[in-house]
Amino acid sequence: MAKAAKPPKPEEITKTLDYRKTPKGPWIDTKVEFRPGMYCYGTRPKYLEEVDMPNPREWSTSDEDWKLPENWKEIFLEGMEDRLRKHRSFRLFMDICVRCGACADKCHFYIGTGDPKNMPVLRAELLRSIYRRYFTTGGKLLKRTAGARELTEEVFKELWYYAYQCTECRRCSVFCPYGIDTAEITIMVRELVNLLGCNTDWIMGPVANCYHKGNHLGLEPHTIQSNIEMMCDDIEEITGIRIEPTFNRKGAEILFVTPSGDLFAVPGVYTAMGYLMLFHELGLDYTWSTYASEGGNFGFFTSLEMAKRLYYKVYAEAERLGVKFIIGGECGHMWRLWHQYLATFWKPPENLETPKSPITGTVFEHASASKVVHVVEFTADLIRHGKLKLDPSRNDHLRVTFHDSCNTSRGMGFFEEPRYVIKNVCNHFYEMPENTIREKTFCCGSGSGLNASENMELRMRGGLPRANAVRYVHEKYGVNMLANVCAIDRAALPTLMQYWVPGVEVCGVHELVGNALVMTGEKKRTMDLRLEPLPGFEEEEEEEE
Amino acid sequence: MGVWFSFWVVVGLILVALIGAGLLNLSVIFGVVFPYLALVVFLVGLIYRVVQWGKTPVPFHIPTTCGQQKSLSWIKYSKLESPATGWEVFLRMFLEVVAFRSLFRNLRTEMGPGFRPVYGSSKWLWLGGIAFHYSFLIVFLRHLRFFTQPPSKLVSIIDSFDGFLQIGHPHLQLTGVVLFFAALYLFLRRLYIPQVRYISLPADYFPLLLIMGIAGSGILMRYFIKTDITKVKELTMGLATFHPKVPEGIGVIFYVHIFLVSVLFAYFPFSKLVHLGGVFLSPTRNLANNSRMKRHINPWDYPVKVHTYEEYEEEFREKMKMAGIPVEKDIEEEETEEKEQEEKE
Amino acid sequence: MEQLREVLRTRRDGIVRRWFDYIIETYPEETAAFLKSKRDPFTNPVGSTIKEGIEGIIDYIVGEGEEEVQTFLDRIIRIRAVQDFKPSEAVEFVFHLKDIVRAEVGMRLDEPEIRRQLREFDSSVDKLALLAFDIFMECREKIYELKATELKNMTYKLLERAKLLDELDKHKW
Repeated sequence: MAKAAKPPKPEEITKTLDYRKTPKGPWIDTKVEFRPGMYCYGTRPKYLEEVDMPNPREWSTSDEDWKLPENWKEIFLEGMEDRLRKHRSFRLFMDICVRCGACADKCHFYIGTGDPKNMPVLRAELLRSIYRRYFTTGGKLLKRTAGARELTEEVFKELWYYAYQCTECRRCSVFCPYGIDTAEITIMVRELVNLLGCNTDWIMGPVANCYHKGNHLGLEPHTIQSNIEMMCDDIEEITGIRIEPTFNRKGAEILFVTPSGDLFAVPGVYTAMGYLMLFHELGLDYTWSTYASEGGNFGFFTSLEMAKRLYYKVYAEAERLGVKFIIGGECGHMWRLWHQYLATFWKPPENLETPKSPITGTVFEHASASKVVHVVEFTADLIRHGKLKLDPSRNDHLRVTFHDSCNTSRGMGFFEEPRYVIKNVCNHFYEMPENTIREKTFCCGSGSGLNASENMELRMRGGLPRANAVRYVHEKYGVNMLANVCAIDRAALPTLMQYWVPGVEVCGVHELVGNALVMTGEKKRTMDLRLEPLPGFEEEEEEEE
Repeated sequence: MGVWFSFWVVVGLILVALIGAGLLNLSVIFGVVFPYLALVVFLVGLIYRVVQWGKTPVPFHIPTTCGQQKSLSWIKYSKLESPATGWEVFLRMFLEVVAFRSLFRNLRTEMGPGFRPVYGSSKWLWLGGIAFHYSFLIVFLRHLRFFTQPPSKLVSIIDSFDGFLQIGHPHLQLTGVVLFFAALYLFLRRLYIPQVRYISLPADYFPLLLIMGIAGSGILMRYFIKTDITKVKELTMGLATFHPKVPEGIGVIFYVHIFLVSVLFAYFPFSKLVHLGGVFLSPTRNLANNSRMKRHINPWDYPVKVHTYEEYEEEFREKMKMAGIPVEKDIEEEETEEKEQEEKE
Repeated sequence: MEQLREVLRTRRDGIVRRWFDYIIETYPEETAAFLKSKRDPFTNPVGSTIKEGIEGIIDYIVGEGEEEVQTFLDRIIRIRAVQDFKPSEAVEFVFHLKDIVRAEVGMRLDEPEIRRQLREFDSSVDKLALLAFDIFMECREKIYELKATELKNMTYKLLERAKLLDELDKHKW
């Protein structure tokens, strides 16, 4: 490098090294390239067989031959026609997009990957080009000039690749002048590829588990019970109070259902401990169920029919146990579904009543039809009525910000309840910048069944806009805790933080509640729910002793 | 490239009108037949599209909520962004249609380097869209004076407002000019913003060029190549009263204008322009966020295969019993077992 | 390197702009336009982070930066480590700084003292590139570590205590 007197010109460097990888020509000609780290592995046949889904076979996404059935094209197009007849959203969104580009830079995957096909409009155009070719006169006649293209295996793979690079977060839909929701289109593409057995292993495994065993993780009844009892051991160690939750108990007033991730994974278990402590302190007449032991629904990332099949258990179990209403735990897509789909999938059984808090007497009128109340709504009401004794200073070592989950934000409108609870159990709360929260919140990058490990690069890129906003409050206010109301967030955000913003941890809202909750007859707290010393409290006790 | 294709198609259409009405003297075809045909295609086509959408069910309740839901009584909810009643949905839709509210969301203070506020440029799309659609609407309404006798009050009022600058003779009407330039802006942004160029199809360039052609020919006709307006009105009134007649001596520029308009009308139902009707039907906007208060019924709901509790218990009964979890069939089973044992004995 | 630094200091903005453009052009055209045009660090984290990063590096080089150069380099490389770049592609932009600086120095390239200082500068760029490569490798290793940690988070804590480790093989998450 000493002879640097005559360096090559920039142009020369770029000539010799092929770094400029702008896709040349129209997108319609750009072939899909499966890049490792960007996609999930294909599903194993056994999972498809377990739930009677079509085309079970050994295959791999990186294979040239996906072993589609002979008449795959027919199946795909017939499936598409059927769905165009059944979903107004689908037909309308195929028809009315004007390609104004307002959505283009709203997608976290586009922002993070820079791949033009991750612009929501283009993601939809991938399918719209097929729609034009086979379902519109103009497209049939003018073909390419009308923006239509043939459905080939290549195109099919492209549809698959980009349908699994969308987390169905609906952010684009907020900015679209016609409310076109890419999630609706992605849901349809995923249904179509599932007609041909092309799901991912990461989604299909939990689906099969959930169908037979009641939850995604495949926890059997005794395991669920022992897991929760272990949490109770920890709670006893922390508070000196022994909690004895019940399972599958008939005659309980309330059925509690939460995502199974919180029974098993850190930091989700701490959130579950928060529920246990809260319900115990209230003396709530509730029960867990080992049969309806999953609040989440990976079926939703497969097909709407599968989502419906998996959610049969919720109301069926509520009916069998004869409860009066249902409380649901903190979860994102679960609440999109419980809020917008559950009571459409299944008729709420007669024994359910409009939820009424046994503690405050508040009637949850807004849940009068579906009879399902969000645990954070329930807790916010308790706090509002002064029914909880709270010591927020136990969370003083935490500087908290709140990540709005996509599903509860744009599919429910759930913004104030969690903030109200957090502000009552924590003294240090800081909002992230305005255009990255509430209805404009950025996805964790791992939603809709994309939180596998083989697509880690995709997740890290997709999560960059969220992480970037966290970094801002981390640097500005010293934020060290990212609270959220979603089990997938609790699984995915710690990883995202470790990569982009080390020093920020992740928790559910009820972990913070559990820490602050002053329980009747508890011993002096020296540990938080993570069994770590509670700063400021440990020392004090030693001095007193 | 899509843009050239669209350009030549529009040029071709203009030539067709010039040759047809100018050289071949087919003024009846261009002045009467095509307009009627176009109107029929437009009405039938648009109604067909809207009916087709309308008939397509909305199986699930999927509003995009952009504000606080109605939940606990002491939490203020966002009536516009998360409407709970029909009236609130109406307001949300009204603002969406009238003010392009969602597009307006782009209009936000951005933060620049060092987190200093910077005003973003994204408001241009909203502004361009508003200018385009409103000037189009006013131009459209203004033209009603060709189809009513005497012209309605409303039209005259619009006319006088539109020409308030009182420049030139006849008075310059602003909206025609605004329409042309707004369309030009929307066209140019398709060419110059790489992302938008990448997603644009001929179907995006064509209507803009066509509308520029319409506005351009209209402006030419009004201010430069003067056309006998009384004769034009004779023709248009004939169309409106279904007694069509074609007066001699209307300039060919008029036929270019009316032909392009006819093409636009006929093209409308087959194109993305149907967003005019579609926007009202969008399920992410026109549904109330009340799905937990009011059960939404899926009209094509069908029975699905499920895994019942009985099947579940069958598989795990022993494990459940060992863990002390209550089971349904426990007692029955013990009884049958006892009976079997008694029988054996 | 005082004279050269002086030149660079006066030319700082030009260098930043050129270097930024060069890095941005490694993205598809449509994306490059987006990365350049949006100034909001929250709607355009890639563009703004790269910009911030190179400004920091150049300020460090001209001797005005306070923070460690590593921090800034890290910001850029961390992004490129999860995007579609090979290691060589991901760090190549560092070497390009040599060309940019030469272009900005312009006429004064003939001055022997400047040329001498440029050689010195080149070797510091080389060091920077090596550092960039280290960071890239760290980031890649971090990704593998994350995969492992995540699996542990998902299952280990409870499994270990429940002595259910065998079940790890039975279940598929």
